[in-house]
Amino acid sequence: MAQAPGAVGDASSDAPLVVEDVTMAYGDFVVQRALNFTIQRGDVFIIMGGSGCGKSTVMRAMVGMQAPAKGRVWLDGKSLWEIEEVARQPLLQRCGVVFQKGGLWSAMTLAENIELTLGEFTDLSAKEMREVAKLKLALVGLTGFENFYPSEISGGMQRRAGVARALALDPELLFFDEPSAGLDPISSRRLDDLILELRDSLGATIVVVTHELASIFAIGNNSVVLDPVSKTQIATGDPKVLRDESDDEAVREFLNRGEVS
Amino acid sequence: MASETGGSGPVRLELETLQESTVLRLKGGWRLSDGIASPDDLFESGKLRSQSQTLKVDASAMTAWDSALVCFLVDLKKRCTESGIALDLSALPEGARRLVDMALAVPERQGAKRTGSQAGFLESVGKQTLDALQGAGEMLEFLGQSLIALSKAATGKARFRAADVLQIFQECGPQALPIVTLISFLVGVILGFVGLVQLEQFGADIYVANLVAVAMVRELGGMMTGIIMAGRTGAAFAAQLGTMNVNEEIAAFRTIGIDPVDFLVLPRMLALIVAVPLLTIYANVVGMLGGSVVTAALSDVSLLQYYGQTASSVDLVDWASGLFKATIYGIIIAIAGCLRGIQCKMSAAAVGNAATSAVVTSIVMIIVAEALITVVYQVLGI
Repeated sequence: MAQAPGAVGDASSDAPLVVEDVTMAYGDFVVQRALNFTIQRGDVFIIMGGSGCGKSTVMRAMVGMQAPAKGRVWLDGKSLWEIEEVARQPLLQRCGVVFQKGGLWSAMTLAENIELTLGEFTDLSAKEMREVAKLKLALVGLTGFENFYPSEISGGMQRRAGVARALALDPELLFFDEPSAGLDPISSRRLDDLILELRDSLGATIVVVTHELASIFAIGNNSVVLDPVSKTQIATGDPKVLRDESDDEAVREFLNRGEVS
Repeated sequence: MASETGGSGPVRLELETLQESTVLRLKGGWRLSDGIASPDDLFESGKLRSQSQTLKVDASAMTAWDSALVCFLVDLKKRCTESGIALDLSALPEGARRLVDMALAVPERQGAKRTGSQAGFLESVGKQTLDALQGAGEMLEFLGQSLIALSKAATGKARFRAADVLQIFQECGPQALPIVTLISFLVGVILGFVGLVQLEQFGADIYVANLVAVAMVRELGGMMTGIIMAGRTGAAFAAQLGTMNVNEEIAAFRTIGIDPVDFLVLPRMLALIVAVPLLTIYANVVGMLGGSVVTAALSDVSLLQYYGQTASSVDLVDWASGLFKATIYGIIIAIAGCLRGIQCKMSAAAVGNAATSAVVTSIVMIIVAEALITVVYQVLGI
């Protein structure tokens, strides 16, 4: 793997994603600043924090949607926002993103949603693409729904179809933006199981933006906690450990639903 | 509203000064339907005299209460705190007391209150000018992106689905025929009628054909079609793309590296570049038909004479100049509609605004383009 000019060697070289001193801002309005965390291969990494603290905005910098105001995002040892646009695209191909409401293209069937992504990056024939689309939908439990439009299936199924689309190119990194928002507990649980299953079977690294405590403890093995008041991270580490042992009262309060002993 | 009486109803507040404290008696109904009392008078008229007093609220004579009472008490409590008077609410119904506590539990967040944006005249003029400049910049940038996409399409490098172009063309071309027919026929009728009334005075009835034909082919056919399409299709584009933006569909295109301008804007632009000129040709013919019907009905000119005169009055250059404008209108409508859709913010109201703004932008730009191109034609002698 070619190193980017001036790339750092050390610890960041084998971690698939490193966030280094990142500040996210809209114009003059700073959302989060001085963020530093490393995501290791095979992690289910949780980005958590209270509503409106900028979790999703931070994720946008990691998937190439919004440039950070300051700092670097290292993706596979390359600084995502400093390399040429041409080199960024193949890098981003290794990332799959599942949007908050699925983000499926409503004018296309589920299969077409997947095929469009495939068609963009592979030379498969139409028949082969349909085969792959069927497989991806089957992986998320949507066998037989190839020709449904997103509006014809339930919210939980849309979320799963969104996962199937994100899986189209066998990503090494899979990002979820609030996967369980607005889902009933059972659908939400199934989605969590799916996330773990994907990590184990595909060997993917997972990044989840969420504030659902049940999900956080069920799937997360590493995390960063963002604070809306100080506008920076206040803790990193295994969420279960943070819940019981963090020195920061705000972290324990968040992870214990506000019930601090 | 006098607080002593609490509106038009009976007296609801009564103050009684005792040795160490003052008692405020609440009487009668304290419901929203009775109106909300204000504690202002209690303070202003000096009835609550010195500081460090205790004000005890007595509700034994109160018959009914709801949020109106809580509003009054919260207000009263704030005023008391300001003037350093201790307020004793212990004699109130339990529920009301708890609601007051809840309302006052979280202090107002610093900076949460919107500072009243009472911008002065100059400030708002300046702000709007800056916004307009920024908007113009965004428009130019988008125009550039769209034209780049168009050139990519010409060299076969753009990513879009041909099926999309056909479907959009079907929606904005053939399906617009009824309204284009109606409007252009009536425009032809109006032109014919007005022209006939004037030209008859000189015995030049036959020149109505020239008037209608030249006006339709060079100017009005394209312009009317453009305005119809701006309202019909431009608004639809803005609403479609705006909703896609709200659903994060456009963000999803970006993450897999498909340029939304290629995939969404280009097919719409291509469809309109073909559809608007075709509709304009049709509108021109229907307009002339409208003119001929009026002329034949109201004067001695026969349909055949009218046809002959029309055929000799406009040539290919006239047609080409009109259709060139129509093509420009098509591009304008597609770009304005798509731009407003992509700029759309994340709410239902924003989608409505995007549609409105798309129509306004398209119509303004169509009229401006029409004027500019006509001047250029004049200078070039076309």
